Amino acid sequence: MGQLSIATLIAIFQEMLGPVVFWALVVIAPLGLIAFLYVLIAQRGVFSRAFLRAEVIGLIGGTLSVFVLLTLTNSSITDMGGPIDIIALASVWIGGAIGSAMIAYTIIGLLLKRRSD
Amino acid sequence: MSDFSKMLGAPLNPSRRRAIRNILLGGAALSVGARAVAGAKPVATKARIVVVGAGAAGLGVAARLSQRLDGAKITILDARKRHLYQPGFTLIAAGLHGASYSVTETAHWIPRNVDWIEEAAAAFDPAGNSVTTTSGKKISYDFLVVAAGIQLDYASVAGMDVAQIGKNGLGSVYASPEAAEATYRAMSAFTDKGGRGLFHRPATEIKCAGAPLKYTFITDDAARRKGNRGKVELLYAAHNKSFFSVPIFNEKIRMLFEDRGVKSVKDHVIKAIDIGARRASFDTPTGVETIDYDFINLVPPMRAPEAVRNSELPWKTGGWAADGWIEVDKHSLRHPRFPNVFAVGDIAGVPKGKTAASAKWQVPVAVDHLVADIAGGKSTASYTGYTSCPLITKIGRAMLVEFDYNNNIMSSFPGVISPFEELWVTWLIKAIGLKPTYYAMLRGEA
Ligand SMILES: Cc1cc2nc3c(=O)[nH]c(=O)nc-3n(C[C@H](O)[C@H](O)[C@H](O)COP(=O)(O)OP(=O)(O)OC[C@H]3O[C@@H](n4cnc5c(N)ncnc54)[C@H](O)[C@@H]3O)c2cc1C
Repeated sequence: MGQLSIATLIAIFQEMLGPVVFWALVVIAPLGLIAFLYVLIAQRGVFSRAFLRAEVIGLIGGTLSVFVLLTLTNSSITDMGGPIDIIALASVWIGGAIGSAMIAYTIIGLLLKRRSD
Repeated sequence: MSDFSKMLGAPLNPSRRRAIRNILLGGAALSVGARAVAGAKPVATKARIVVVGAGAAGLGVAARLSQRLDGAKITILDARKRHLYQPGFTLIAAGLHGASYSVTETAHWIPRNVDWIEEAAAAFDPAGNSVTTTSGKKISYDFLVVAAGIQLDYASVAGMDVAQIGKNGLGSVYASPEAAEATYRAMSAFTDKGGRGLFHRPATEIKCAGAPLKYTFITDDAARRKGNRGKVELLYAAHNKSFFSVPIFNEKIRMLFEDRGVKSVKDHVIKAIDIGARRASFDTPTGVETIDYDFINLVPPMRAPEAVRNSELPWKTGGWAADGWIEVDKHSLRHPRFPNVFAVGDIAGVPKGKTAASAKWQVPVAVDHLVADIAGGKSTASYTGYTSCPLITKIGRAMLVEFDYNNNIMSSFPGVISPFEELWVTWLIKAIGLKPTYYAMLRGEA
């Protein structure tokens, strides 16, 4: 088997999401990351109350990601057939949880900052 | 990562890590190993190239040729205005999507610098290097790529009427996206009511040899979900002594049928159908046998399209001559008698394949040989017979069946996705990964 190139992956994801959504995500994701880092730096470390709330939202976000994927693919938890399925499902949960927690933390951080300004 | 690698019983090398990422991202088996012609400068040429057929293989060829050649006159012939994503038919017939899931416009996929003539090829003159269209237009070429796919030969099953699909327990997933949707209605009514479901495949070569098996499993699953499996008898009539041509997978399917309670008979080749009486007749070694059914998924015999069959292009001898599959070298896809002619996709007379996954691997090889001819070089690209078929075993699980000309297992994700396990990740590949990969292939990007 040959190798899967980045260009191929980009082409596949463009077809999957549509070029507009795909490139919008490509642009938005780093902006979100910059905002997240900005909040971290402006806060000079992790702001504990926001962090706690963000964690709770992360738990919900992870679960929601799993639920959405299962619904979109007409499958259910009972379809897990082997270790790789559990790993994949757990990765979706972890990805969803970290992503939503980061978004939540950024938004809460920005709001708190505005209030304290 | 190190914990994962322990669970998987082997260290994660970069390609395996990439494979995992690919699965997690829902990338399809189709996509693995796309050979990018990295940054190669387009070859300047005035060559006239005709591509016959704008299906999975033909569009992929046109796209890649237009990327790799500068100034070539590329013409593609196909009368079909709708492009059909055929692997989606199975999901439509499972009731997961409507017919529109598989339908796009051919025009949407034609590369910018390729001329589309909206006509079929009516005659081939490979000795005179020309093709004649249905309206009588003669098109001369320097190179010809035939990608005309398959003709579904419903007419050779006596009593069959495609217009009846969806009625009277008659299903046929292959005919069209609309027929796949109608098949779902018939299958759903059957799994509500109960009775005997009859499944089979013809003795000719067929596209996606796994599809008739998949639909047997999907029907089993539908009956179970309704709590009606007890009322339903499932019977698979194999055309020869096996369910699948690759021995190691055949054995696995035998085990799965046993597990699911699917009964089987061997050496049954469909001959006729009485739609009103719900009765199918089969040629068997002991004479004609009839089987009554309440639901049937009729899989028609498949041959090369007539224009190809009537030409000088097919094999003259051997098993593929009768049905008109084009004679090609199985590794280069070049015609041995007409070296400026290539055949790719379902029409190619090669031992394995007839899947979009095969087309995906054949297209870059044939294109590489053609471009090398133009550039005055020699290509070493070789097609191994790789083909793949995510074999759905229920809604939510599938097996990643991949093999080559030698019946070897060709795992895309060795040690990660077992070809013998019914897995959810494999289902994800089929449910969300395959279609975007297929469309990327049409653009020559996968
Ligand atoms: C129910 C079903 C399930 C499938 N499942 C899978 C799967 O899970 N995985 C997988 O990889 N593959 C699957 N396939 C197979 C896959 O769809 C085909 O192998 C693939 O489409 C082959 O591409 P092709 O270009 O050779 O043929 P096609 O895509 O069929 O295109 C052939 C084109 O040629 C045109 N044509 C015909 N005659 C002429 C002529 N005389 N002149 C000009 N044009 C002509 C036709 O109009 C058509 O547009 C499935 C197929 C079906 C039907």
